[in-house]
Amino acid sequence: MTFSPQLEQRFAKLLTRYPEGRTRSAVIPMLIYAQDEVGAVTRELIDEVAKRCKVTPVQVDEVVGYYSMLHRKPQGKFHVQVCTNISCLLVGGEELYEHAKKKLGVGHKETTADGQFSLEEVECMGACSWAPAVEINYDFHHHVTPEKLDQLIDGLRKAQ
Amino acid sequence: MAELVKLNIDGRDIEAEKGALLIEVARQNGIEVPAFCYHEDYTLQAACRMCLVEIEKTPKLQVGCTTPVAEGMVVRTDSDIVKKARKGTLEFLLTNHPLDCPVCDKGGECELQDMVFRYGAGESRFVERKHHVDEKQWSPVVYFDAPRCILCYRCVRACNEGMGVGALGVGNRGAVSEIIPNHDDHLECDECGACIDICPVGALTSGSYRYQTRPWEMEHVGTICTHCADGCKTTLGVRNDEIMRGNNRDRSGINDEFLCIKGRYAFDFTKHPERLQSPMLRTANGHEAISWSKALDIIATKFSTVKLAGGKFGVIGSNHTTNEENFFLAKFARQALETKNVDHHRTGDLATLFDALSGKNNALATSADLYNAKAVLVIGADLSQQHPFLAFQARANVRHHNGHIYAVTTGEVREDQQAVASVRVQKGGELAGVESLREKLKAEGDLVVVFGDAVQGDALRKLVAFGDSLGIPVKYVCLVDYSNSRGAFDMGVTPKDGGLSREEMLAAADLDVLWVVGANPLKNTQLVSKKAFVVVQDLFMTETAKQADIVLPAASAYEKSGTVTNVCGEVQKLAQAIKVMGPKTDLEIMGLIAKEMGLNLGIWLPEKVFAEIRKAVHGYDVSPAQLAVGPAATMPLNGRVAALPGAIQSSGDTLFTSGSLTRYSEILNSVMEAPGQLYRGKGQ
Amino acid sequence: MAKQLYNPPSPLETRVLSKRFGLEGSETLDVYLANDGFKAFLKAKEMTPEAIIEEVKTSALRGRGGAGFPTGLKWSFVPRTSPKPRVLVVNADESEPGCCKDRLLIEYDPHQLIEGILIASLAVDAHVGYVYVRGEYRYLVEKMDRAIEEAYARGYLGDNVAGTGWKFDLHTHSGAGAYECGEETALLDSLEGKRGVPRMKPPFPAVAGAWGMPTLLNNVETFSAIPPIIRDGGAAFAALGTPKNGGTRLMCLSGHVNKPGVYEIPLGFPMMKAINELGGGMRNGKKLKAVVPGGSSCPLLKADECDIPMDYDTLAKVGSMLGAGGMVVLDEDTDMVKFALRIMRFYQHESCGWCIPCREGTTWLRKILQRFSDGHGRREDISLIGELSKNMLGRTFCALGDAAAMPTISIVEKFTEDFEKYLVAKEAVAV
Repeated sequence: MTFSPQLEQRFAKLLTRYPEGRTRSAVIPMLIYAQDEVGAVTRELIDEVAKRCKVTPVQVDEVVGYYSMLHRKPQGKFHVQVCTNISCLLVGGEELYEHAKKKLGVGHKETTADGQFSLEEVECMGACSWAPAVEINYDFHHHVTPEKLDQLIDGLRKAQ
Repeated sequence: MAELVKLNIDGRDIEAEKGALLIEVARQNGIEVPAFCYHEDYTLQAACRMCLVEIEKTPKLQVGCTTPVAEGMVVRTDSDIVKKARKGTLEFLLTNHPLDCPVCDKGGECELQDMVFRYGAGESRFVERKHHVDEKQWSPVVYFDAPRCILCYRCVRACNEGMGVGALGVGNRGAVSEIIPNHDDHLECDECGACIDICPVGALTSGSYRYQTRPWEMEHVGTICTHCADGCKTTLGVRNDEIMRGNNRDRSGINDEFLCIKGRYAFDFTKHPERLQSPMLRTANGHEAISWSKALDIIATKFSTVKLAGGKFGVIGSNHTTNEENFFLAKFARQALETKNVDHHRTGDLATLFDALSGKNNALATSADLYNAKAVLVIGADLSQQHPFLAFQARANVRHHNGHIYAVTTGEVREDQQAVASVRVQKGGELAGVESLREKLKAEGDLVVVFGDAVQGDALRKLVAFGDSLGIPVKYVCLVDYSNSRGAFDMGVTPKDGGLSREEMLAAADLDVLWVVGANPLKNTQLVSKKAFVVVQDLFMTETAKQADIVLPAASAYEKSGTVTNVCGEVQKLAQAIKVMGPKTDLEIMGLIAKEMGLNLGIWLPEKVFAEIRKAVHGYDVSPAQLAVGPAATMPLNGRVAALPGAIQSSGDTLFTSGSLTRYSEILNSVMEAPGQLYRGKGQ
Repeated sequence: MAKQLYNPPSPLETRVLSKRFGLEGSETLDVYLANDGFKAFLKAKEMTPEAIIEEVKTSALRGRGGAGFPTGLKWSFVPRTSPKPRVLVVNADESEPGCCKDRLLIEYDPHQLIEGILIASLAVDAHVGYVYVRGEYRYLVEKMDRAIEEAYARGYLGDNVAGTGWKFDLHTHSGAGAYECGEETALLDSLEGKRGVPRMKPPFPAVAGAWGMPTLLNNVETFSAIPPIIRDGGAAFAALGTPKNGGTRLMCLSGHVNKPGVYEIPLGFPMMKAINELGGGMRNGKKLKAVVPGGSSCPLLKADECDIPMDYDTLAKVGSMLGAGGMVVLDEDTDMVKFALRIMRFYQHESCGWCIPCREGTTWLRKILQRFSDGHGRREDISLIGELSKNMLGRTFCALGDAAAMPTISIVEKFTEDFEKYLVAKEAVAV
């Protein structure tokens, strides 16, 4: 499998970070960085990471199934993650999530037909004091109201 | 002697080794502490929380499986709070476990069923929907039913730690966690089925056994596997004279819980449709069935005539038949037929080894030695493929005793994973490879050397000299194929005192009679003598049987009693699991031929023959009482052994082949790894 | 994103760890150096490891990750002279619902964290460290990477830290979405490239942690508190708080208050003052119903239990915990059934699945609470919820089972009337 030079560079760095013979440690960071580029954790990617980190593919499979941010299926170009955990719940997180479902026309872990947006109801992501919060890809948005979410999504759509 | 501590469990004062696990100490003292995930051979998990016990001065309940005993500890395993905890845990377990016990294979021998019966609640408070996942087939021998799984991780550990395969993992997270195979939707592995037998519930089931019968409908007959030479005990579940399954769940036998695909599944050849059912006579139209009396009459007449005429006999015995059969055959040949032309397919150079060790005591390793020795050196063999139990022992040694493995082989072998040193050599370069390890080996406390047919003759003498020069106790295992190679040698089915070797018999143009008992010497060779009258005793129409004048249907190892001697010289008893109608045991066939010839070779009952063996064969003076309870290590004659003519060559079977039996076992042929696809080109 | 996350300083706060928040370029080494940066490290370099640990003990600093274990004591467990190299690990897997403080410490003052790590490395003679950052905080991985790069470039990491000859390497390590990895031994498994499943203790990480090496693992805030402690002395830090509860901590205020935010307050700060003054009082003039004092795993306090100083020992006395500083304020309109369900959904989703009581218990409880909240509750469910929670409590492999059980028990026992209301509504329909 080939990756961008930037990702290759990142991998090279990763593999030197851990004590000698401990390349398995690079599995999780490698998967998540590669997922960003490849779009999903594919079978091919699993085998590639296994090879690079000198583990068996099933050892990588175990990890992929465990971590909630690793996805075997491609997500939307913009992955909209709405938190509904307690701090967000108290200030409209659930309503925001319901709104997002209607706005995007998709449900939990679903992707819009055009592949642009996917939606996920997520657990606490560390924005409790600025709730309700939404993370789109890796960007945090705080104090999000349904109106603000509309603007965000429309803005991303327009930028296409 | 380790330090002892005094503790009290359930009001009983107990003394135990300091640091021993509480669960073990309790069990050793007859106090039941239930557990699913705990397994004394494998790493600790503390996952099932069934073994929670109350320890005085400790606020929370503690898991017995990871708590070391300490001086003054006061433990309760039967208090109300402990009982309540167990009940609670079982109640949790049953929330998602389907209550399909009436159809589940495990019903009747399920640990969860037993525990719920003993410790569980009568009624469930669970009224929600269960999480359902469909059953999956992972291989012809392994099925997985996720909802039944209680995630004790025994299978994962047995596969990874025990087998060294690591084909199973844990996928997903939380409530939807499940055991996963190493290739998305299927397994590529040893297909040993260890995961199935170690499963406390019916989550992993066997492709050949599932939905066939119930445990209580079977008789359970412990006998010795007839395939490789390791001598594993397999307990055959038998119903209506049909073998339904093989396992070693009671962990009796030298192999503890170990069995490979052959021991667990490859009994199916016994009911193969091509199994010979009656004696066959070669006619112009091919082989035709004839009666036993006619067949015996023809053979007896022919044998007597040739003997009277001073003709040349060739007798080939078997490395699958029992000691009694081989002993009787050798006696028949030497005493009655008056021939020294006796041999079998020799697969390891036992003669040279015994000769080279002459004068030494305790120089032959038992299978237990591979587990206990400080170091194991494997030379010229793919142990995990050819002797999977010995490989299992060595792995267990590393796991439990920090033993050291060294491998000197021509290719990659599984032993490399754990070896402290692996040396790659060209074929024939084994001794040089061994020499390169000299300094490391010298530093070991003691050593077991396991070698294949690559080391024979002079090379073997040099290997023993090398062992002598290390200055540490060294024991040897000469690897041989099949369930009774060692016995065939010990019983004298060899061309000693000037007889013709197997190859020489086949090549002798003036051979008058070739008598083959349980072997297939003509698989790849032509019989030179055109006039030879060929008698073959076998289960199937093998290449050799096809050339026979008379073929006699023989019983398999699972259909008779007697003894066999494994690769380490351990004599073990076979138990007859099923009765067969057409075929007879080789011992009976030989007895009947002798009777027909008017000979007196003694009673042909296995016990009677073994009594003779006790007197006649050095090292085999083992009492029936001793044999009844387990294996007995034999010690061959401690003295010079003359060299034997003829070739020594292993068949190089893999985990998925078993010589001529391979083609008659559907299960061995059904797995995708067969015949050796996965491992082809690797190893020795 | 552009908006700063820290609050304007309030006179009610005691800004020690957060004193550089709000300075222009506070995340840069220059600003850090100009504002007391690395004074503590240079001071520590002249101290013996024992003296450093003693200073930390004096400070009465307790782990800010949630368990509140005395930090100095934890450091003293690391075998400094072990033949195996020591490893430092920073727990930046902040995932406890209600908590969002470590974010700020990395975002606005990463060099303070680096300095804290370096001082710890002196104390336990370690030469490598890893900052384990939760996967969702990708932007913080990048910010941390930049800070680390800058520190290397300027000689504050690497072979000659601050010109002292001390050698230390620091790396970030990204997680990928798992609350359980905040548990220190699960974090270590994750760092080793495995599923984040907790490990058996003993051995404790201090003896055999990452890759079997002696490992010192602390929360971001704990490490960040070290430079001020060494710089100004442990006693000064301790004096800010109450006995055995030294110093200040970052409190994440959220929920139904007018001014939610992250505030640095001394240990022992009155809870009601936090709500009414720091938090600007209850939103919309509603009445207080309950408080989650330290994050979702802490048993809830009813309004009438909240008139207490916030320190570890007082919270323990009232049957709850200070946790990781996530204080969630609930007003009178809060539906406690829905709140309990949301907490259980979280723990069920995050249970690693390793042990039976947690895996099956959270799942069962989630199903009951969901059914209850959907209007299909039965009277016996109320006691069942409590009983099942107690069947998990203290019996699971790690603390996640307790974390799920404790708030649930507190809710079902303290707010039974909220559950009753559902039954009344259902019975009304039935009639």
